Amino acid sequence: MSIANNTTGLQSPPSGDGSAILQAIKANQPAPVALVEIPAFTPFFDDVVAKYMEVLTAIGGDVYLVNSNEEIIEKIKLQFPGAGRIVSFCAEFAGIAEEKTPGSSAHSYENVDVFIMKPALAVAENSAVWITDNDVPVRVLPFIAQSVVAIIRRQDIVATMHHAYDKIADVDYGFATFIAGPSKTADIEQSLVLGAHGPKTMTVFIQQ
Amino acid sequence: MSDNANNTTTHAALSKKFNADEPRVDWHDETLWFVRSKRDKAANALPEWEELRETASQIKNNVLSNMSGYLQQFEEKARQNGMVIHWAPDAKAHNEIVLSILKRHGVDRMVKSKSMLTEECHLNQYLQQNGVEVIDTDLGERIVQMRQEPPSHIVLPAIHLKKQDVSDTFHEHLHTEKGNNDPQFLTNAARLHLREKFLTRKAALTGVNFAIAETGEFVVCTNEGNADMGAHLADVHIACMGFEKIIPQRKHLGVFLRLLARSATGQPVTTYSSHFKKPRQGQEVHIVIVDNGRSTQLGRKDFRNSLKCIRCAACFNTCPVYRRSGGHSYHTAIAGPIGSILAPNLDIKQYADLPFASTLCGSCSNVCPVKIDIHDQLYKWRQVIGKQGYAGKAKAISMQGMAFTLAHPSMYKVAGKAGRWFLRNTPFLLNNKLNPWYHQREMPASPKESFADWYKKNRQPNNE
Repeated sequence: MSIANNTTGLQSPPSGDGSAILQAIKANQPAPVALVEIPAFTPFFDDVVAKYMEVLTAIGGDVYLVNSNEEIIEKIKLQFPGAGRIVSFCAEFAGIAEEKTPGSSAHSYENVDVFIMKPALAVAENSAVWITDNDVPVRVLPFIAQSVVAIIRRQDIVATMHHAYDKIADVDYGFATFIAGPSKTADIEQSLVLGAHGPKTMTVFIQQ
Repeated sequence: MSDNANNTTTHAALSKKFNADEPRVDWHDETLWFVRSKRDKAANALPEWEELRETASQIKNNVLSNMSGYLQQFEEKARQNGMVIHWAPDAKAHNEIVLSILKRHGVDRMVKSKSMLTEECHLNQYLQQNGVEVIDTDLGERIVQMRQEPPSHIVLPAIHLKKQDVSDTFHEHLHTEKGNNDPQFLTNAARLHLREKFLTRKAALTGVNFAIAETGEFVVCTNEGNADMGAHLADVHIACMGFEKIIPQRKHLGVFLRLLARSATGQPVTTYSSHFKKPRQGQEVHIVIVDNGRSTQLGRKDFRNSLKCIRCAACFNTCPVYRRSGGHSYHTAIAGPIGSILAPNLDIKQYADLPFASTLCGSCSNVCPVKIDIHDQLYKWRQVIGKQGYAGKAKAISMQGMAFTLAHPSMYKVAGKAGRWFLRNTPFLLNNKLNPWYHQREMPASPKESFADWYKKNRQPNNE
């Protein structure tokens, strides 16, 4: 066993620069090992739409194939009959949702019942959708709303996370997230409960 | 030198306490095995699973070898992104940095999502002593916090509790209906209780699952959404990370996020995988990068691989010792097999018992998504601990005997013969209160002959 040195910088003051720690790390790290390429894995399924729908259903989400915005609006009205506050940044839902412009405080959204968003990307293997604060300027909205609705285009569903990161590797954002299904917990005796702190439901419409 | 066997805070002594309630131990064992089975199902669904593990392991090998370079790159990029970087050589400095940030903002109440690092540094106790109220917002962590217990599992913090325990705790602290054990009802009570905290706290602390050197962003994974609720509603977001959380590029998240949740709970991915790159308008984001013994571990050739860990807890769920002894028996923030190879680095004397809390069956290494040689390291720690004189005296003597016997084949045969004779004729000599192996076990019937004798008789080719 080799302990290279004891100069782990324990005496340096808090919040100081990292030089002492970095020096200790540099002294102790092993000889350089090259970074490997991620292999080009073949997806373990063929039909990304079918896989997406299967996985989202399995993790507690609702998913529909639709042909028009009118169809989506009808379904939203049916699914959330008593919804008080519906919010969206997408102009096409102005008929049923408050059309928001960025700027209002995060806290002002605490009583949102339904948030409607249009993610640019979705992943079949885990049914996640990808949103950035370029599309959703209020970061807390997809978390604080009681329910979220996502509308994705069929051609924006990729097979795996590798395919997803191929698309978003160089995208700039302040905040971005993958969301897969409603928020959940199994912390009480491993019993699955949907709706931990975030949305209790997630509904995804796939536009053909 | 203290004899560990006489210490009431050793894994063996604490396991004995846990084992007092046998039906509960059985339930704990079965529940964790169920989680392990879900992991198997998820892993088996991916034909590339083994290749994915190997890729993750190799990426981490590269990270270990260029740790200082990646950290410097991360610091520079994160600063360009508008985040504030702090470096903490140890737990004390980490806690002081967090307190100083809160003080500067006049904050004395904070929400916190799951961070094993802050458990390791005992941050909650430190902040409470300094007049800061900390509310843990992960449901499992909130439950154990109310009960003034530490988490017993890094992914499932309240896995040692039954729903009636949670019901009693919530009745006492949240005034829920007495005797209502419905998990849906109890979770909703916690949701309402914690929503008020999210909306009223000005500071939120989160852990970090991955920090990306290339972009200076960090990723936090939760199922509950509590890290995001806290961070996006707070004026100040403090993210605390051990320096080993670094990975080279954003695209490497594809590998690690595919492995993490499948290994942890069998989910295809956590509900939320949030990428924090820049503070939102008007917000401050502080990242505290902590060493606390990690640079020393990085210098230990035999043990540095432990720093590849992504905290999925697959090794806990599969471990026959963990499942039947419970997380609290490990008396350290990170329990289970991985905790047993991390803790001795922090304090070899205090945690000398942990590498012995294993059967060395190797299941931990088999499920590890980044292929850490966990059981080999447990074995190697035993050698180090033995040499430094921290193993219990009884253990040291029998280990010496074992080493001598195994090193001398003739002695092995004699000892085996003697052992079988004693087992057949005087089982009470072995099966007694002095031999801890017997506390929860019966010995199998002893065969009349050794395997070698049987093999000679039955399988030895005669005409060759």
